[in-house]
Amino acid sequence: MFNLFLLQLLNGAQFGILLFLVAAGLTLVFGIMDFINLAHGVLYMVGGYVMAMMMGMTGNFWLSLAMVLPMTLAVGLVLELLVFRRLYDRSHLDQVLATFGLVLVLSELVRILWGSAPLSVAMPEVLAGSVPLAGPMRYPVYRLAVIGTGLAVALSLWFVIARTRVGMLLRAGAANRAMVSALGADINRLFMLVFAAGAMLAGFAGAIVSPILSVDPGMGDGILILTFVVIVIGGVGSVKGAFCAALLVGIVDTLGRMFGPIILRTMMDPAAAAQAGRTIAPMLVYILMAAVLFWRPAGLFGRAVAR
Amino acid sequence: MTDLTQTLAPARPGLAGRLRLALCIFAVLAVVPPLAHALDEPFLIVVATRMMVFAIAALSLDLILGYGAMVSFGHAAYLGLGAYAVAILSRAGIDDLVLQLLAAMAASAVFATVTGAISLRTRGVYFIMITLAFGQMAFFFFVSFSTLGGDDGVALAARSTVLGMPLLQDAPGMFYATLALLVAVFAGLYRLTLSRFGRVLTGTRESALRMQAMGFRPFPYQLTAYVIAGCLCSVAGVMLANQAIYVSPAYMSWHRSGEMMVMLVLGGVGSLTGAMAGALVTIALEEGLARLSEHWRLGFGLILVGVALFSPGGLSGLLRRVGLVRDAK
Amino acid sequence: MTDPLLSVQNLSKSYGALKVTQDVSLDVREGRVHAIIGPNGAGKTTLISQLSGQLRPDSGRVVYAGQDITRLDMAGRVRLGLARSFQLTTLLPSFSALENVALAVQAREGSSFRFLRPAATEQALNDQAMACLADVGLSDRAHRRAGSLSHGEKRQLELAIALATRPRLLLLDEPLAGTGHEEAAQLVDLFAKLKDRVTMVLIEHDMDAVFALADTVSVLVYGQIVASGSPSAVRADPAVRTAYLGEEAAPC
Repeated sequence: MFNLFLLQLLNGAQFGILLFLVAAGLTLVFGIMDFINLAHGVLYMVGGYVMAMMMGMTGNFWLSLAMVLPMTLAVGLVLELLVFRRLYDRSHLDQVLATFGLVLVLSELVRILWGSAPLSVAMPEVLAGSVPLAGPMRYPVYRLAVIGTGLAVALSLWFVIARTRVGMLLRAGAANRAMVSALGADINRLFMLVFAAGAMLAGFAGAIVSPILSVDPGMGDGILILTFVVIVIGGVGSVKGAFCAALLVGIVDTLGRMFGPIILRTMMDPAAAAQAGRTIAPMLVYILMAAVLFWRPAGLFGRAVAR
Repeated sequence: MTDLTQTLAPARPGLAGRLRLALCIFAVLAVVPPLAHALDEPFLIVVATRMMVFAIAALSLDLILGYGAMVSFGHAAYLGLGAYAVAILSRAGIDDLVLQLLAAMAASAVFATVTGAISLRTRGVYFIMITLAFGQMAFFFFVSFSTLGGDDGVALAARSTVLGMPLLQDAPGMFYATLALLVAVFAGLYRLTLSRFGRVLTGTRESALRMQAMGFRPFPYQLTAYVIAGCLCSVAGVMLANQAIYVSPAYMSWHRSGEMMVMLVLGGVGSLTGAMAGALVTIALEEGLARLSEHWRLGFGLILVGVALFSPGGLSGLLRRVGLVRDAK
Repeated sequence: MTDPLLSVQNLSKSYGALKVTQDVSLDVREGRVHAIIGPNGAGKTTLISQLSGQLRPDSGRVVYAGQDITRLDMAGRVRLGLARSFQLTTLLPSFSALENVALAVQAREGSSFRFLRPAATEQALNDQAMACLADVGLSDRAHRRAGSLSHGEKRQLELAIALATRPRLLLLDEPLAGTGHEEAAQLVDLFAKLKDRVTMVLIEHDMDAVFALADTVSVLVYGQIVASGSPSAVRADPAVRTAYLGEEAAPC
């Protein structure tokens, strides 16, 4: 039982790390630009497809992964230039309209280019094995590598935000948007940078997850909504909040699906427990989010919203 | 939320103008069945029925989003609640539309009261996201309901009866019943927005601070509007289930909620007529483009992006710019 | 002597290290005009916001008509007869001037949970609203959108809305700010007429208006009251002259 718990805890952490990579850029876009971007999940999907495409062309995992970064960065830059830039000072509704449209356009483009069937990406051989966990349990090296990579990214993000001039602007922007506007000329470049970096991180997440999950046109949707949950629980604009909330959501979701029915079985008969477990498990993160917002209307690390 | 107010304020075309436009829309809709019959294109009736179902849903969303400035991203949940009320009741042998409507509205009222009371503690982006979360909760609840088909949904045995009469059995009957509900919902909401309650709701959209300084506490009014909107949207859900003779969790996915917001923004928020026109145009576009190409979403998405970038205020903004609809003095 | 209508007792509020209101106490007697003056940033608006219920003080009490209202929200205070006008005009821009005022009448008269009858057809609401508009001299603008009024007209409308709540005590936050010479004179006349009906707390930079209207003047500097008394006594107070009037003497 304990081994199973440990295993699921690691799976939850791995899922959480992935959520963090997608959420990190988006929470800054929300917080600093007050911009609702529904198209962020699509960038995750684009990352997966670019990875699959490059693997098909080169057959080399590392080379492909290295190519994903500049390419998703470029996609982010192009979208920022063509669409997002014109929408910063518009209402949330116009932003929803435009980015909802972008979701349709990009998903359909992907379908046209690669079809609707799921693609798979081979794992690099170095990371293909598994290591012993406790007792007879083993854990895939690749998933550990994902966790490690995510932690490394989180650390470097922390360094950028806590120690550099750009980071200082970002922190000031998340806390008080007027302050960043007052800084003048830098603001457009800052927005572009945040957007492009966010797109790259989301694309990177889509690329490194591709050997574990398959790459398909719907992969952006599921992650987008969970990313929103993460951002809101953590507090809009807070990267630290996004990190904590991502791990929380990843672990709660994974453990809930595994242990929910087991715990319920101690309280009711097995058939009812199975049905209740199936019902409650996918709702768990949303219940968590509603509960957090009920007690803290601005999330765990968010600044209080003026009423 | 000043940015929202700024977009909303101009979308308040002259009362007479928007009423006249709505009456024109109703008149055109009323002749669709005979026209379709004459053209020998019966599918037009089915498409037009779907258009009107979503017009009801969009109207209900306009009450809270356009008039109350509550940007709900989970409104499709009520579409689903209405649809599942039909599925559950007809399974229990209750086939009458009136009872199904009442049950759907009661269930929606309960769900809206609980989730609305919690959601209204938050503002701005947080409100958008928490309503989305509640919508997803409802979605996953029905996805996991294996007795009702789970993910795949469930087909209904037949359409509902109306007070024992098989009014909905053929396409024109279904069409005119939906049209009657659409006119009723529009008329009711039109009156409501002009009433004392409507003034308080609209006033809160423009400045909650000013309303408090007049002696109003916004919360009970906002919550009431939220509940009314949920109930009315469930009416659309009941008709959607009947039209398709099929119910599925897809009715309440976040895509649907997003699509409903798109209809509103496309038509122009806060004028009712805009919401209705937006819904009609959106469904017509989807159905029309889908007939042209299997990749119709590409074109549809490009249109949405184009409207957002180049035509703020949606269709009514466009009409106003070319002078067809005028602002109130 | 009777109890004061409004009694502020040891009110304090700070934002972090910044003390915006420090141990402020003052009494306002029924039927008087109590002016609060002070340099920019003295915390006058913050003080009014605490009296009107928009902000919660950190400590201290606000007693109105014998009732402790420190924890009561703004809407509750308005219903007790404690209305305010805003320094930054706060109107319902897409409503007509008449509708703005009618809504304030509606707030105290009858339920607002009425869903079908158009509010515009309620003669009682319109009549009372028109009377308030007439009071401030805005009758001929009744059907204009509030957002399209001139700045001075907006100030007048702001006041008409406050009057429509039938206040016993009116908190006026710089009601003359941004008005032209003529409009200001009109408003001062109006306040002079209102003195019989309504008690007023007035924040104002226009010293002529303050000394024409006020029975009592308190001087607020850095969140503290440094002097309080009759206009002539305050004018003569040397501490006040250096702290405040000296600066204000320079023409704007």
